[in-house]
Amino acid sequence: MAKRHGHTWSVLLTISATRCPVTEFGLLLHSDPDTVQTVEQAHGAAHVFYPEANEQRCTAALLLEVDPLRLRRTRGGRTPDFASVQYVNDQPYAASSLFAATIAAVFHRALNGECPERPERVRTVLDLTLHLPAVPCDGGPGQARQLFEPLGWTVTAEPVPLDPGLPGWGDSRYLALTLTGEQRVADALSHLCVLLPALAGAPRLLGDGREADPLRHAAGWLPGHPHRAQIADPPPEGHDEDGIAVRRLVEVEGRSTGTGSPPAHETPADGGRHADAVLAVLLEENARSVVDLGCGSGRLLALLCAEPTLERITGVDVAGAALRRAERLLGQDRIDEPARLALLTGSVLYRDDRFASHDAAVLMNVVEHIEPGRLPAMEQVVFGHAAPRTVVVTTPEADSAPRDVAEGAGAYRHPDQRFAWTRDRFRAWAQRVARVHGYRVRYVPVGPDDPGPGPATQMGVFTR
Amino acid sequence: MSSERVLTVPQSGLVLLVGVPGAGKTTFAARNFLPSQIVGLDFCRVAVGDDPTDPTADGDALDLLHHMVRLRLGRGLLTVVDAGNVQERARRQLARIAKDNDVPCTAIVLDVPESPARQRVRERHGPAADTRDVALQYRELHRGLGRMQRQGIGRVHVLHGPPEVDTAVIAYERSTDDRRDRTGPFDIIGDVHGCRSELEALLTELGYALHRDRLGRAVDATHPERTVLFVGDLVDRGPDSPGVLRLVMGMVASGHALCVSGNHENKLVRALKGGAVRPSHGLAETLEQLDAESEEFRARVLAFCAGLVDHYRLDGGRLVVAHAGLAERYHGRTSGRVRSFALYGETIGATDEYGLPVRHPWANDYRGRATVVYGHVPTPEPEWVNNTICLDTGCVFGGRLTALRYPERALVAVPAERIWYRPARPFPSPHAGPGAPALRAVGAVDAGDVFMDGDRLGGKVETAHGTVRVGPEQAAAALEMMSRFAVDPRWLLYLPPAIAPVPTSGDPALLERPEEAFTHYLDNGVHRVVCQEKHAGTRAVVVVCRDEGAAARRFVPEALGAVYTRTGRPFFADPEVEAEVLTALREAVGAAGLWEDLDTDWVALDGELLPWSLGKEDLIRDRYATVGAAARAALPEAARVLAAAAERGLDVAGLARRVEERATRIEAFSRVYRRDSRPTRGPAGVRYAPFALLAAEGASFAGRDPLWHMGLAERLAEAGPLVLATRYLVVATADPGEVTAAATWWRDLVDAGGAGMVVKPSPGAPIRGSAGPVQPGLKVRSPEHLRIAYGPDYDVPGQLAVLRNRRLARVSAMALSQHALGLEALARHARQEPLRRVHQPVFGVLALGAEPVDPRL
Repeated sequence: MAKRHGHTWSVLLTISATRCPVTEFGLLLHSDPDTVQTVEQAHGAAHVFYPEANEQRCTAALLLEVDPLRLRRTRGGRTPDFASVQYVNDQPYAASSLFAATIAAVFHRALNGECPERPERVRTVLDLTLHLPAVPCDGGPGQARQLFEPLGWTVTAEPVPLDPGLPGWGDSRYLALTLTGEQRVADALSHLCVLLPALAGAPRLLGDGREADPLRHAAGWLPGHPHRAQIADPPPEGHDEDGIAVRRLVEVEGRSTGTGSPPAHETPADGGRHADAVLAVLLEENARSVVDLGCGSGRLLALLCAEPTLERITGVDVAGAALRRAERLLGQDRIDEPARLALLTGSVLYRDDRFASHDAAVLMNVVEHIEPGRLPAMEQVVFGHAAPRTVVVTTPEADSAPRDVAEGAGAYRHPDQRFAWTRDRFRAWAQRVARVHGYRVRYVPVGPDDPGPGPATQMGVFTR
Repeated sequence: MSSERVLTVPQSGLVLLVGVPGAGKTTFAARNFLPSQIVGLDFCRVAVGDDPTDPTADGDALDLLHHMVRLRLGRGLLTVVDAGNVQERARRQLARIAKDNDVPCTAIVLDVPESPARQRVRERHGPAADTRDVALQYRELHRGLGRMQRQGIGRVHVLHGPPEVDTAVIAYERSTDDRRDRTGPFDIIGDVHGCRSELEALLTELGYALHRDRLGRAVDATHPERTVLFVGDLVDRGPDSPGVLRLVMGMVASGHALCVSGNHENKLVRALKGGAVRPSHGLAETLEQLDAESEEFRARVLAFCAGLVDHYRLDGGRLVVAHAGLAERYHGRTSGRVRSFALYGETIGATDEYGLPVRHPWANDYRGRATVVYGHVPTPEPEWVNNTICLDTGCVFGGRLTALRYPERALVAVPAERIWYRPARPFPSPHAGPGAPALRAVGAVDAGDVFMDGDRLGGKVETAHGTVRVGPEQAAAALEMMSRFAVDPRWLLYLPPAIAPVPTSGDPALLERPEEAFTHYLDNGVHRVVCQEKHAGTRAVVVVCRDEGAAARRFVPEALGAVYTRTGRPFFADPEVEAEVLTALREAVGAAGLWEDLDTDWVALDGELLPWSLGKEDLIRDRYATVGAAARAALPEAARVLAAAAERGLDVAGLARRVEERATRIEAFSRVYRRDSRPTRGPAGVRYAPFALLAAEGASFAGRDPLWHMGLAERLAEAGPLVLATRYLVVATADPGEVTAAATWWRDLVDAGGAGMVVKPSPGAPIRGSAGPVQPGLKVRSPEHLRIAYGPDYDVPGQLAVLRNRRLARVSAMALSQHALGLEALARHARQEPLRRVHQPVFGVLALGAEPVDPRL
């Protein structure tokens, strides 16, 4: 991927304690209040100094200067977080992760509760104020409160305006965050190490190899945290999972141009039900060979592979990243039965002889990702050229989208699911395709027989 | 010399010289044919055995001979075999090779008496030579003479005695399909099937004058310039097959039309000859109608239909007409299976649910250069498939009678007056195959045409400016981008190439400046360049159609144009905004008089859409403004705590200075993206700055002088308020004064907040310099805009030093390859090549763009 010359980030944290002797505070943080301590990090320099140090109030500041050149040199492409390093220029979450790693590295002794001189000191609860002027947080002030308040912090979170020179553009995704509370220093630091990346929705970085997963510092409080799931779970697939195609688009045209992870099959709305339903139809139609067009990361393929009556299974996807995930998921099957399963890079918009000679083709949650103007191409490729005996098409029903994701125009279930289909539209389309290409079509319900809204997924079974 | 024999020989095909040893074959061949046309067994003997008399080499020599004959015939070359060919088996083998290659086989027999032959053998091999063989072969030759035509030899010339042999001359006969000298213009008419009234209406519509006999029956039709080509199936099913025949026979006889045979004519011939033919598929009607005609007329019909050829090659070989189409390997060939293909199509042996043969969709695999026009399969809409088109629009079934004007490629049709005949299979055909929409009609091409040959990814594109290779990863990435994000490929006649950056500045305080661009071009022998202001917008290709007809003909039906980005994505999320922008541009093109000046009804433009923020709010927010926001929140606080620390006597001076400088650079960075972020509402506030008029009907202008493009851009800007003119300056690269003035011009531009400039060679790319092709453009960006590409701190001395070592070779090479692909795509589109041929280089541009080159270079 591209070499990136990034921007030098300055990230700041101040930790203030009131009614705490200066020397005491310095010992807790393992730093001398009267000098500027500079800790060289692989990704830049961290400076610890004390702008305030008196009997009423003592403040330590940690200023990290992320040096993109060093970052690139030292971390290069060798570490798993390579992708986030590349994006440090414009992906604030990466800076947030680096900062959490820096805190863990610079204050590792404080974090570990080390204090050889007076071991009981680390248990002292202090009246602390932590201030971070710019914390990336997509969830806004609410999310910051949600994560920090259960830990006993009083949270002040002010959105940072995007740009005074761009009136009307609203706020940035940053918060000016102030936390006050009676806390032990080690706990306060561990809260930051774990929660800053969580707020940014970023993967946790390991700092300089000296620290293991910061989560281990959270052993004392994370299990009791009401939102532990969003903290502990690895973040959703990041940019490193995207193929070079999508990365390239993001480079050139930005995020809004519809990226997200590869499309097919990832709709969570009705779990794996439609995959089961597709399999049932395939068996009913006596299919011995199946091509799954838009197989995504292979959810349906896994199901098909478990079915001994299927002699040949082909998974096709246009997204290389999805195919690689499918490969991982189905790795075992491929080794056991190399001849039975094939994974191919291909597109339903390009006529491809490899799609032919299967008893059945499946388009599971694919059609809603295709621009309406390009559908005739897909029809020609699948129904006209490949022309299997059976074609199974499923697509989520537009009018049954759950409320929580359906708010606002364009809020579909999948970031790339651009053209949700109502039941009428789906049926009109299916009838026309069947007529033009000499198929009969029937509709099979998917999902529970709910007396309320119709099935979340609609399925058309084309036969000839 | 009245006694000389004239031997007719096809222009391409196989000629066997037949004669005993010493009959004079070699002498005859040398006198009548080119040395390259002659394949001699003696030569082959020497080639494989050194000694021409070594009998053990015979088998290998014959193999070599057959191989050479096969290769030459495969390439369509006239081939004369100088071998004895006296044995029947030898002749059969050669005739078989001719048949395999679908070319005629002619024999020329040199029948000389035994004694002169013996005499010659002795002359050749000495008085003691064994001449018994001559006698043996002499008898064998005479035994076989009468049987030759049954052995796959179409024509046999026998030359009696040395005088005839010595004086005979060869007359080349062109093959029956060869009408390459006829260049048209033509009107090619689809299956008529006895619909005389519709045929007359169509001819009138096409501007032909009908000529009638005393009884008012049409017997000819004439046009001052044009000729009609009938694709066959004149008869059967319809109400007046005799009337159609009368008119067409008249036109063919007077030279106003050519007609190929359809399967229905073929069957009619068998019926009229009294053969046992089932009178199905409308033949019964025709026979009944012919019964009412005179015996003389029926005889003329039989002669006419029996004399129809199976296909014609016309217009220098650029046009082929055959009733059911013709695969390229059969163009210009003659054989039973060529005739079968041309009349019946390639059937796969199966029949469909209506009992009709299932046809192989040969056109989908057609990759030939000649345009193939045919009929045979009723289809609701004639559609171009890989440079082929079927004109049978089912007139007799109540559809239309269609003509294709050639070379204009316009379709003209008249509706059927009624349904004359109920088809066996519902019309329009509901089944896949030629009845279903053609690939072109749905904007689909073969995966194989975009570097996905089975599981093998990647490939190459031959362009007029060299071969460009596309790697497997690049092909996969482009496939994904095309499939998931791009507009209909029919709009994509071009994707813009990257513009290479100017070589790194000689001034160590700068990354880019103009001087290096002028030096670069001067060093490459370019003496004149055009500097164009670089707009801070987004590259956009715009296709503007004058009307829906133009869009349907050349792009996508029911549309008026498209606006897309350099990765082929639709530029506007909202189709209404796109439509309004297109309308404004269409009006500008009209007001500027370009429709008339360029004689076109569509144009394609390359340029920049402004403001930069248009459709890029997310990008600006995520990538740029966010950086500013974080810095503006953090840096003042950092400055404050550092000031407090300094107050306490801590040494933080260096840190404080860096924070202050960083704040200054962040402001400079923010000024750039703020200036280029302007609110737009619908099309209001949108401007388009074209810098090239890429193409119009039948022409690619991409290679023209940048000044020509600038002139057109100025005309458009004067004609329409949406269009923004681009400032430019012409510079003589060898003139130090002009170079200095141009550098000043650039500094004034960037000082006023401009994004920089692009320097292009005049009179237009591609230009070859001393060291290979010269860049079609070099960009010289403003120091401030470079912050957007490389970050706010790029000009910090340490970073700048690193950036100045950036490697430009790769991006420069990519820019050249993409440029070659872009020109190729436009040229192919101008030549109306099929979609797959245009799409391939465009796909290549996108694929090369996925190259891991720093996108900000």
